[in-house]
Amino acid sequence: MNAPPEKPLETTAAGRPCVGLFVTCLVDLMRPGVGFAAAELLARAGCDIAVPESQTCCGQPAYNSGDMADTLAIAKATIEAFEGFDYVVAPSGSCAGMLKVHYPEMFKDDAEWGPRAEVFAAKVFELLSFLADVVPLGPADVSWPGKASYHDSCAGLRELGVKAEPRRLLAGVDGLEIVEGEEAERCCGFGGLFCIKYEDISTGMVDVKVDDLVETGAEMVLGGDLGCLMNIAGRLQRRGIAIEARHAAEVLAGMDDLPPIGEPGGDPAPDPARRE
Amino acid sequence: MTARDQILGRLKRGLGRDRRPTDSAEARLAARSAGIIPERGADKSAEEKFSQFAEEAGKVDATLQRIASLTELPAAVADYLAGHNLPKTVRVAPSLENAPWETQPMLERAVGIAVGADTVGLSRAFAGVAETGTLVFLSGPDNPTTVNFLPPTHIAVLRADDLAGSYEQVWARIRAEGGENGGKTQLPRAVNWVTGPSRTADIEQTLLLGAHGPQRLHIVVVDDDT
Amino acid sequence: MESTTRDFRENAFEARRDPQLQDALKRLGHGFPLKRRQAAARLPEFERLRDQAREIKDHVLENLDFYLERFEERVTEQGGQVHWATDAEAARQTILEICRKAGAKTVTKSKSMIGEEIAINDFLEDHDVEPIETDLGEYIIQLRHEPPSHIIAPAIHLSMGQVEETFREKHKDLPADRLLDDPEKLLTEARTQLREKFIAADVGLTGANMLIAETGSNVLVTNEGNADLTYSLPRVHIVIASLEKIVPTLEDATAILRVLARSATGQEMSVYTTFCTGPRREGDLDGPDEYHVVLLDNGRSELLGSEFQEMLRCIRCGACLNHCPVYGTVGGHAYGWVYSGPMGAVLIPGLIGIDEAGHLPNASTLCGRCESVCPMRIPLPRMLRAWRARQFERQGTGTAGRWALKAWAFLARRPWAYRRLMGWGVALMGAMGRGRGRFRRLPLASGWTNTRDLAAPEGDTFIQQWHKGPRGDASGERLRRRG
Repeated sequence: MNAPPEKPLETTAAGRPCVGLFVTCLVDLMRPGVGFAAAELLARAGCDIAVPESQTCCGQPAYNSGDMADTLAIAKATIEAFEGFDYVVAPSGSCAGMLKVHYPEMFKDDAEWGPRAEVFAAKVFELLSFLADVVPLGPADVSWPGKASYHDSCAGLRELGVKAEPRRLLAGVDGLEIVEGEEAERCCGFGGLFCIKYEDISTGMVDVKVDDLVETGAEMVLGGDLGCLMNIAGRLQRRGIAIEARHAAEVLAGMDDLPPIGEPGGDPAPDPARRE
Repeated sequence: MTARDQILGRLKRGLGRDRRPTDSAEARLAARSAGIIPERGADKSAEEKFSQFAEEAGKVDATLQRIASLTELPAAVADYLAGHNLPKTVRVAPSLENAPWETQPMLERAVGIAVGADTVGLSRAFAGVAETGTLVFLSGPDNPTTVNFLPPTHIAVLRADDLAGSYEQVWARIRAEGGENGGKTQLPRAVNWVTGPSRTADIEQTLLLGAHGPQRLHIVVVDDDT
Repeated sequence: MESTTRDFRENAFEARRDPQLQDALKRLGHGFPLKRRQAAARLPEFERLRDQAREIKDHVLENLDFYLERFEERVTEQGGQVHWATDAEAARQTILEICRKAGAKTVTKSKSMIGEEIAINDFLEDHDVEPIETDLGEYIIQLRHEPPSHIIAPAIHLSMGQVEETFREKHKDLPADRLLDDPEKLLTEARTQLREKFIAADVGLTGANMLIAETGSNVLVTNEGNADLTYSLPRVHIVIASLEKIVPTLEDATAILRVLARSATGQEMSVYTTFCTGPRREGDLDGPDEYHVVLLDNGRSELLGSEFQEMLRCIRCGACLNHCPVYGTVGGHAYGWVYSGPMGAVLIPGLIGIDEAGHLPNASTLCGRCESVCPMRIPLPRMLRAWRARQFERQGTGTAGRWALKAWAFLARRPWAYRRLMGWGVALMGAMGRGRGRFRRLPLASGWTNTRDLAAPEGDTFIQQWHKGPRGDASGERLRRRG
């Protein structure tokens, strides 16, 4: 039932990096706008982009539940789908961390997949750090006036060291002021299945984030991980607090026609080719 | 099979001891090498060590004064007691018995181990460590441990020359003076590192001095202790 | 100690609704991390010292048998006795035996997590020996018959008012109208009460932060000085310590001490760090006549060689608790046994079994903050996952959750089916949610929607939109549309 293996996109011009976009299951299913923002930013940074159709999930749900058999199978499929590219970029710290840090770890005793995973992992980048460090995004004519606070997702921060990069990129957005929360680095309580299995503790944790955001006076919370952002947005909305939540990529791409997370806003992608 | 055999047996099997001799561990144990010594513990001039020691001790709420010789000690003690409204009685460790106490006739002193009624203990530190403003006490006939802990006020006498940069320097000195017995380190019953007076934050995380050990630690650094 | 880890969820629920506890946790969660950060900033070598500490302990664990044997030799040479205990019961009996031989009526104790682990207090009481906790926090919870809620600050969950209430109830010989309206007065009262007990005790029972093979010593670390009064006043000093506490040399102990207090409370060094070696020497005016070390296994030798071996590097500093957002939300009692926080979540299943302690490794987002502050660089998230893997193998994850997971994994491995099914799912959800943009209630997702709104999906997946028509065109269309 699998689609035939992807062939990597050929470089259309000498020197243009060929990026496989690992869109992540949450972005793919819940908020494609982030994927389009990522694609636009990568294009702006001079990359050619392909989106292998056989990608599904990085395997974290299985991995974090201790299901190693499924995790390894999913990991192998992911590596196969993407290993032909120059870079593999994901708009998510936790998925990028999974691919970059955990895939090599889980295959370290495997004679065939160990080296393959290492080579693959070296190409993997979280989107914002990729745009800040690897293929400089460069200045853009984007304006987004307002006050925003940034949420550092745990895997991005602690597995990949992503901290300064998003802030550096956002500093280039005209009119946008970043106000730091004291709890910027505190876990929001999402944790994949944790937020459902231990919902009461998770709620307590996200309330600390929400209270901190209110303290900052921000109108918007930005981050690099959709899971975290949906969790924070969901709690903000339930508590009736008017702070918007968006993925940083949306702001960097000037995607203001996409409503904030959880807000209605009509059809965001009136694409004539779209299937009804 | 004794518990000892059971436990060691399990460990040895698990660690594959039959295939792995203990040579490298033996060598490491015998070498007793010092690891990383932070810059703040590096050896420095006597004056630099004193400054650092005084600063660090102050940060942990010890008080400190410097006197030229032990002849000044009884007066220093009497002044301290007067200044803190403390009764003029001191429990003196035998190591300081021979200071010229007759110069302070109003000061009652008792020599020996501390008892519950003692209000002030006076003892001699083996060394000081500038790295963190720490005093090192060794138990012995001249320095009963209880004098350092039981009385609510502790006055510690430290020779300026005994001020070390790091803890490692003090261990080296203890080994040398302890008279190594066939290469084996001999320690006294108790080696106490004391860094400031006793404290606790167990009640609503409020910092309080004087939990069970002394509430006050006063350090008297002596330039010449002859 | 009896475990209530099975009731973790219920315990946590109650903890969240205890305003007094929540205040205390908030203070702890701000204070300790700040102090640790400041201490680390003051010491440029701090990161290298953490690496060094890990290396020392890894070397010890690889040679644990050797160092324990050397330790025993040195203790015995200097007139002390080493007793080996395979489990809690053996340790309890050994300690009782020593107390009986000494004709002990009272035993003062300094704080010992191993003491809690073997539940020595209740056992001694049942056998007519009175144990007296001397660490202020332990003393307070002993009076209240509560377990500790933090591994270094056992009474951190209590308010001043609660302490006052307890003192009034238990210190019956004091005038009822006395003032106890500030922490200073409470401390003075505790100090006075305990002083006589220190002096009268027959036996002093301490734990050991470390044991040193080179010298046959145990290391005690306190801020109060209670441990020093505990070992120096009575005739008998008993040390209870688990096997992995050993380090090779005085220098090794020093290296670890440099990261201990800084990680725990942000102090450069704890107020009292003491190295006890054997009984009193000839000519000593004070000190115990007898020195006993009870070495406890109680599951450690099994952890050695397993994927949880690195947990044995733990020096009980408490940094992981102080930084953990889960501990910071529910406190230590919720974990239901002696230890808590991330180190508890890894160690407790190792000591009482994963079936009993099943919740603990799962009640974590694996945020990694614990590992980032552990002075011994213990890979706590990795081990929490390892426990989850063990559970998965034993099918301990609960049928509903496991079914959903298996279904997801099944689909994730079959992109064509995944695309189809997920496509329908989000189209449906998208249509349902389009008006409000989110769901306030969604069956099957009530764990989320009980307390949070759930954003509605856009309706088409990214990959559907991207791959519409000739490759790349749909994306170009969308990008162009945005000018």
